[in-house]
Amino acid sequence: MGFFTDSSVCIGCKACEVACKEWNGVPDSKPAWSGNSYDNTLRLGADSWRHVAFVERVRQDDAAGMRWLMSSDVCKHCTRAACLEVCPTGAIFRSEFGTVVVQDDVCNGCGYCVVACPFGVIERREDDGRAFKCTLCYDRLKVGEQPACAKACPTASIQFGPVDELREAARTRLEQVRAQPGGEEARLYGADEADGVGGFGAFFLLLDRPEVYGLPPRPEYRRRDVVTMWGAASVAAWLLVGGLAGTLRWRR
Amino acid sequence: MNSDCIVVMGSNMAECHPVAFQWVVEAQKRGGKLVHVDPRFTRTSALADLHIPLRAGSDIAFLGGLIRYVLENQRYFRDYVVKYTNAATIIDERFLDTEDLDGFFSGWNQDQGMYENRTWQYRGGSVWAAAGQRTAPAPQGDGVVVAGEVPFEDPSLEDPHCVFQLLRRHFSRYTEEMVERTCGVPAAQFRRVAELICDSSGPERSTCFVYAVGWTQHTVGVQYIRSAAILQLLLGNMGRPGGGILALRGHANIQGATDIATLFDVLPGYLPMPMASDSTDLDGFCLPHGGAAGGYWGNLKAYLVSLLKAYWGDAATPDNQFAFDHLPRLTGDHSTYQSTLGMVDGGVKGFFVLGENPAVGSAHGTLHRRGLRNLDWLVVRDLYEIETASFWYDSPEVAAGEVRSEEIGTEVFLLPAAAHTEKDGSFTNTQRLLQWHERAIDPAGDRRSDLWFAYWLGRRIREKLAGRHRDRDRPLLDLTWEYPLEGEQQEPKAEAVLREISGVAADGSPLPGLGALRDDGSTSSGAWIYCGAFAGGQNQAARRRPHWEQSWVAPEWGWAWPMNRRVLYNRASADPSGQPWSERKRYLAWDPEQGRWTGPDVPDFPVDRAPTYKPPPGASAENSLPGDRPFVMQADGRGWLFAPSGLLDGPLPTHYEPQESVTRNPLYEQEANPARQRFLRPDNPYHPTAGEEGADRFPFVMTTYRLTEHHTAGGMSRFLTRLSQLQPEMFCEVSPELAELRQLRPGGWATIVTERASIEARVLVTARVTPLRAQGRQVHQVGLPYHWGSRGLARGDSANDLFPLVLDPNVHIQEVKAGTCDIRPGRRADQAPS
Repeated sequence: MGFFTDSSVCIGCKACEVACKEWNGVPDSKPAWSGNSYDNTLRLGADSWRHVAFVERVRQDDAAGMRWLMSSDVCKHCTRAACLEVCPTGAIFRSEFGTVVVQDDVCNGCGYCVVACPFGVIERREDDGRAFKCTLCYDRLKVGEQPACAKACPTASIQFGPVDELREAARTRLEQVRAQPGGEEARLYGADEADGVGGFGAFFLLLDRPEVYGLPPRPEYRRRDVVTMWGAASVAAWLLVGGLAGTLRWRR
Repeated sequence: MNSDCIVVMGSNMAECHPVAFQWVVEAQKRGGKLVHVDPRFTRTSALADLHIPLRAGSDIAFLGGLIRYVLENQRYFRDYVVKYTNAATIIDERFLDTEDLDGFFSGWNQDQGMYENRTWQYRGGSVWAAAGQRTAPAPQGDGVVVAGEVPFEDPSLEDPHCVFQLLRRHFSRYTEEMVERTCGVPAAQFRRVAELICDSSGPERSTCFVYAVGWTQHTVGVQYIRSAAILQLLLGNMGRPGGGILALRGHANIQGATDIATLFDVLPGYLPMPMASDSTDLDGFCLPHGGAAGGYWGNLKAYLVSLLKAYWGDAATPDNQFAFDHLPRLTGDHSTYQSTLGMVDGGVKGFFVLGENPAVGSAHGTLHRRGLRNLDWLVVRDLYEIETASFWYDSPEVAAGEVRSEEIGTEVFLLPAAAHTEKDGSFTNTQRLLQWHERAIDPAGDRRSDLWFAYWLGRRIREKLAGRHRDRDRPLLDLTWEYPLEGEQQEPKAEAVLREISGVAADGSPLPGLGALRDDGSTSSGAWIYCGAFAGGQNQAARRRPHWEQSWVAPEWGWAWPMNRRVLYNRASADPSGQPWSERKRYLAWDPEQGRWTGPDVPDFPVDRAPTYKPPPGASAENSLPGDRPFVMQADGRGWLFAPSGLLDGPLPTHYEPQESVTRNPLYEQEANPARQRFLRPDNPYHPTAGEEGADRFPFVMTTYRLTEHHTAGGMSRFLTRLSQLQPEMFCEVSPELAELRQLRPGGWATIVTERASIEARVLVTARVTPLRAQGRQVHQVGLPYHWGSRGLARGDSANDLFPLVLDPNVHIQEVKAGTCDIRPGRRADQAPS
């Protein structure tokens, strides 16, 4: 199961942000007025599992000129999820719904997942050190409910369902959007299994290039890097142990 | 959802009505177009196919331009216009237009500052308005009182005194060039809108208009809506699926509150309130409205007597005119701002505030707070201690040291209110749909519902008055005030109230609908338009059959007044012979074999009323209207392009500048609506308007609005962490050009200055606000969300403090959607520099 976020009908109401925080008991963010359009949440993190981006664009080539892009970002629930792969405690697992979930009672706060995530989604909470992110409302799915954000979304910008069906619906919708004036740049983001992370369980229809929304254009699976780092660290550790042993032997 | 084109104007629908906006998105997915005409590029514009920025306060010029375009290019729906509107009706030849009198209609009385509408009447007959000012002034014409047929008409629409020709003349100067000059909208953009609307109207298609307070909060607000009404009638978009004019209301139940009469001059169901100056008895009061009048208002006496029976039960008898004299009488304008001034001047001693925060939400907050300081007592019922309750120790005036708490004598009673989750009741929405909600939990602590409060307050007052025999106490002592009480808190049963409003027969059985109401005291109903909401003893508003289990009109979801009718004036969905205008827009149709109307909705008139019906002599009320008259509330059964009565500022809309404007009126020497309600007093100063000395001190246009993240004056949002963090501070929106002109730093502070107040706000510089060229000058607009005050988690100055009191004459609504101001960099003088 997954999300299809159709940004072409997002009205930036932030009902998803509020519904997510309410249902999941996510702590309040520190209030700060950013001056960055209507975006005072600014990014995904341990305390914001949905984030609506607001992008103001004046396009010279467009007669209408002004565009205000809005899109509700969320954990991508990658098919090849680096966060899950690098998690040394097994706190992050793939659920029976195909979603990627952190068990906060198992997480030891090592932070490997934070480094591994190509989207900067997962983050450790400063006060307790453990990592948090969207669970795709695992508890709701288990009782046959849809995630809180999708339920709250008034315009069906956030759709929930089996990923295959959502991808099919997204392709139809994309054709519709591309046929409209101003829809030329529209594209699906994360709907392709051949991309760097094997496709997203939560993918998007964007009206412009991903980087316009602050999303990486070519997300990469970073387990290898992390494993390499981890490997390097362990080699260093063994060398250290060996060195110590040698030293001790020498002393002896 | 069924519209081919949706024009949102005077509203930011996606922002302020996100849940309703899902249906606009659905219409777009079905191929419909969305046009947004608004000074700013907003969340609604973001999804619109076309966004047209215009100068705040110039909408009538834009709409008038559209009307002219439709008339001069023969784009009107001729069959519809001739039969279903008063286009063919001949008007009194003494009528003179604003084009003749440089901005005035005939009948202006300069001394009284108001119009007399004698010359606006139909030739040979005068006609009562179905809505608006129905108590004063009455139609002042000569001749018969119109019911059904009008004395003179010209279906060829050629007569120079027919409404159609008057319209053409009146709007003849609303050319593309005039629109461009007045609104700052380039002619090419205007033409795109005009063509889109015309192409999306007619027998096969339909266009709807959506507005909100962006249209009403002007000194000429009612006429904004009249402009849209004229346009929609000309295009044949009323009474048809996907058509109409949607008035988006500002809260979940404002419609219900208006229906059940929070306004001072109407009784429940929009029955007029009697005036003290009327010396008439019950029959005399109902006669001008009812006795000879056509349409459903002809049944006024049945509606009113049923209301009186609901109020006073057995004490309302034929012998005492059903207690008609128990009704309070109006002595004049008792609207909200008159009450405010009454507090300031000392006439008003006590004040109840329920579900409102006028210290933040009303124009000229400074004056409002001054009024609060001058009261003997104040009752505020709210979820939190809002600014209206805290004014005596936490307000801009106290903070600035202008007043001291210990010198304020007002006794404040702050009572905690229950939230909607803690009580049963109904919400009536924009489309007149009643939807019932059940309480999820009982109100904790001292929180109580408004129903509980009203009921128990009434009981205590009645207990105090018991045994007294003064006439003035009778209306209270005679009230029917028996409701079943539930639970520990002795909460009155909300369904019992709905049952009473819906109405019962003499034997106590629920009434099936308003057709059953009688004027002999045998029926009672708290609001005739809600009659039938409890038909069959069932709470019809609580029905929740999903739309996929019923017809596309979904009549079994909730209940719509009147008579569960989903599209008003739906007779207009068929042609005069009763057949659909087109298959694509089929709605109701006359079935000659069955001898009745068929279709997915409840007809707006008797179901067996044949299209060929001709009223017999002496027929009254709905029976006085021929079978091809859809507008069943009008005395002539037709949609009024020209309003001969009911309005205080003219039978046709005319472009006037706001009270405070940066440009001169391009049409007339008369700048602003001459009938607007002004208060010329030192504590309510107005800026000099364009062309007057000193006007350049306030060179920018300002306008107020809401954000999705907050709820109106903030009582339901600024005290919640989840919502406050989304928009934590007051800010203003300015264009990059204005920011440069006034050296406003993005993210920094600005002070917005008027004669009423100076407020500070963070600066959001955005290309979504663009300067416009109007009347040969560059017009800069300053956008001001108005949610903040001194209380709660998200705090800031209140935009409404900047505005003066100046009102639309018909409905006494303040002009806060267009005014003038100055803006300067930095914080208010009494704040630390940033």
